[in-house]
Amino acid sequence: MEENTVLIMSRIRKEFQGVIALSDVNFVLKKGEIHVLLGENGAGKSTLVKILSGAYQMTNGEIFLFNKQVYIKSPGQAQELGIGIIYQELNLIPYLTAAENIFLGREITNKFGIIDKKGAIESSKKILKELGSEINCDIPVINFGIAQQQMIEVAKALSLDAKILIMDEPTSALSDTEVKQLFKMIRDLKQRGVSVIYISHRLDELFEIGDRVTVLRDGVVVGTKDISETTKTELIKMMVNRELTEHFPKRNVLIGEEILRVENLSKKNGITNINFTLKRSEVLGIAGLLGSGRTELARAIFGIDKYDSGNIYLRRKLQKIKSPKDAINQRIGFITEDRKSQGLVLILSVKENISLTNLTSISGFGFINSKEEKKEAEEFINRLKIKTSTLDQKVIYLSGGNQQKVVLAKWLSKKADIFIFDEPTRGIDVAGKVEIYNLINQLAEEGVGIIMISSELPEILGMSDRIIVMNNKKIAVEIPIKSASQELIMKYAIGA
Amino acid sequence: MQSVLEMITKQLLIHNGRQLGTLLGLVLVISVFAFLSPYFLTLSNLVNITQQTSINAIMAVGMTFVIITAGIDLSVGSIMAFSGIILADSIQNGIAEPIAIIIGLSVGTICGLSNGILISYGKLPPFIATLGMMSVARGAALLYSQGRPISGFTEEFRFLATGQIIGIPTSVWIMISLYVIAYILLNKTVLGRYTYAIGGNETAANLSGINTKLFKTIVYGISGLLSASAAVILTARLNSAQPIAGIMYELDAIAAVVIGGTSLLGGEGKISGTLIGALIMGVLRNGLNLMGVSSFIQQIVIGLVIILAVLIDMSLKKRRN
Ligand SMILES: Nc1ncnc2c1ncn2[C@@H]1O[C@H](COP(=O)(O)OP(=O)(O)OP(=O)(O)O)[C@@H](O)[C@H]1O
Ligand SMILES: [Mg+2]
Repeated sequence: MEENTVLIMSRIRKEFQGVIALSDVNFVLKKGEIHVLLGENGAGKSTLVKILSGAYQMTNGEIFLFNKQVYIKSPGQAQELGIGIIYQELNLIPYLTAAENIFLGREITNKFGIIDKKGAIESSKKILKELGSEINCDIPVINFGIAQQQMIEVAKALSLDAKILIMDEPTSALSDTEVKQLFKMIRDLKQRGVSVIYISHRLDELFEIGDRVTVLRDGVVVGTKDISETTKTELIKMMVNRELTEHFPKRNVLIGEEILRVENLSKKNGITNINFTLKRSEVLGIAGLLGSGRTELARAIFGIDKYDSGNIYLRRKLQKIKSPKDAINQRIGFITEDRKSQGLVLILSVKENISLTNLTSISGFGFINSKEEKKEAEEFINRLKIKTSTLDQKVIYLSGGNQQKVVLAKWLSKKADIFIFDEPTRGIDVAGKVEIYNLINQLAEEGVGIIMISSELPEILGMSDRIIVMNNKKIAVEIPIKSASQELIMKYAIGA
Repeated sequence: MQSVLEMITKQLLIHNGRQLGTLLGLVLVISVFAFLSPYFLTLSNLVNITQQTSINAIMAVGMTFVIITAGIDLSVGSIMAFSGIILADSIQNGIAEPIAIIIGLSVGTICGLSNGILISYGKLPPFIATLGMMSVARGAALLYSQGRPISGFTEEFRFLATGQIIGIPTSVWIMISLYVIAYILLNKTVLGRYTYAIGGNETAANLSGINTKLFKTIVYGISGLLSASAAVILTARLNSAQPIAGIMYELDAIAAVVIGGTSLLGGEGKISGTLIGALIMGVLRNGLNLMGVSSFIQQIVIGLVIILAVLIDMSLKKRRN
């Protein structure tokens, strides 16, 4: 074994009830390197790191840590071995505070065994501040959106003092500024000799932060490369086994009449004085930093949270939307950012999740037409290339990206006039993204008005007809696509 | 050939593993008693067991719906007693029996719907709301009957429990019909699907446009209706309605559901499992009685069986991951 090698995973195999998730995978991690894992949705990335973190037991294979063979039986044991992980799906305990979550299982106590609450809050604040984030560490995390929760997860992992740190899509809901801060901290860790395994579908990030990259496809290693010696095109080719020409397919449609108008919409602690319109066949992009009020705006329009003042006009008529059911009856669809807690019923099947929004229209006298239900689910599975063993597989057993595709399918099976997408491509691979952009375009061509909230600026720039930038709960600026640029959006997002 | 067989068993195990496990449990318990007591496997005893089981089995149907929504209903025993008293009193007051039955069933349903309204719209935890109803309905039954049983009914009414159709007791026919209806509701209808969705993730269900409050209320209403159905059969069988009937029945119903593999966390569960669970409890009681085991020891045995069933369930689930 080379001197600077910290971890060798050798001939790893993992089966789930007959489904082979990994076969014969070899993976080597060096000291102080940032090693990127890349691959399509369902390629086996999360499975591989979960074996390392003790969440899964491998079917076959060997793991050597610092030249010694180890048998990792539980997450606790992995932590003792110096392996820290941020899971793809957020794992915070909803009714504990940020500080309590960060120090969960490692509580700081005084000599009487009493938890030092102040100390925990101070330390948490410090880490979060280094990450450039002002989060109230003393209220339950259930109050935070997905991006803030992701930030707390990152802080938790950083505070672990791990020798190997695994990050499974830590940035999927973060915007550029937060990502920059995170990368600064990762580089600090690297300086201190910590090795990082980094998973992301945002290809640009890899070139910024990674040293080496290992590409997985269908549970097999396609190859390992030095980042400096490879290109995006080559990596995509390795991942999906074909060329990908267009990243943002063009739309061919004229923008129609007004379908939604929001006037002076305000909600205490949520949004202030929001005004905008949306037209048929238009894609309106909403950009902004974490906590800027984008999701709050969507939730207010969809009737989840009550707003204090302001008006919403649908098809030029004043409407009061009091509940999601009202919104759906008014032909609005809302694809939420948090698939685990809001989007999916994880223990139901792929088919049952897809049909959930649409059940009444495929049933008569309360009886579900199961043929129709199957047909529709199959259609979406093919169209979005959802990787699942059967229609009846429980969604919880799908990979993160494939779960996200199920959320989209669930809503796209419902006919609507307005769709609000909140981080629609979170966790979806490059090829899958193009598939989803095609679907959004098709909707626009059918006359649907689309609001797309996204933290990925290339996506906002590539897909929108018009862009709204939010800052501190307000609309900072509205930019026509012709004059928009990454720099301009960031300028307003930060509030400069 | 062998591999095909292996594959089929594997698939069966993956999809119905839990049901098969419970069924095996039932077969095991039956075999043990058949071995220990020559009388156990006689036709008359088997008929006896199903008849004894029917009350608990019927209440467990409603409990299955409730537990799938991640709720609990502690009031089923009291609701049974109360609707039984109302039913009996109506008959005694000269109301035609079919109408009296409808009145009894309505009373149970209304109690159940009240539970549902308190839980959905009053935002009370199911445990608290139904604990309250447990006391209220019991008190109402005692008050209405002045604490005295109401006895003496016509042969036609008693036929509902004591009669036989092609050799099988009417109460068993009723039980079977209710299970078939429940199976269809849970597996083929929108109501059933929403029941699972609400238990699996209420937020996601709500955001999908499902009126979760309404459907939760309906589910508790169903539980009340089934408790009242059990009351009809019990009254007919005993030829008497007792205000103190059904004490602790809620625990038997919960036990049948849990032994049958429905998760208390909600979102999962099968009605067929509940039937098997109820039968296991019935067989145990009957067998232990036949062997002259004291009721004290019976309680211990049944408690251990519940724990064992769930233990096995948990370890099977873990193995599968
Ligand atoms: N607990 C499980 N039970 C059954 N199958 C599983 C389980 N976990 C993962 N799988 C399957 O294993 C395969 C690999 O999944 P994994 O989560 O590792 O993918 P991934 O590369 O992380 O994808 P993504 O980019 O979407 O997160 C998938 O086909 C998935 O369906
Ligand atoms: Mg993953």
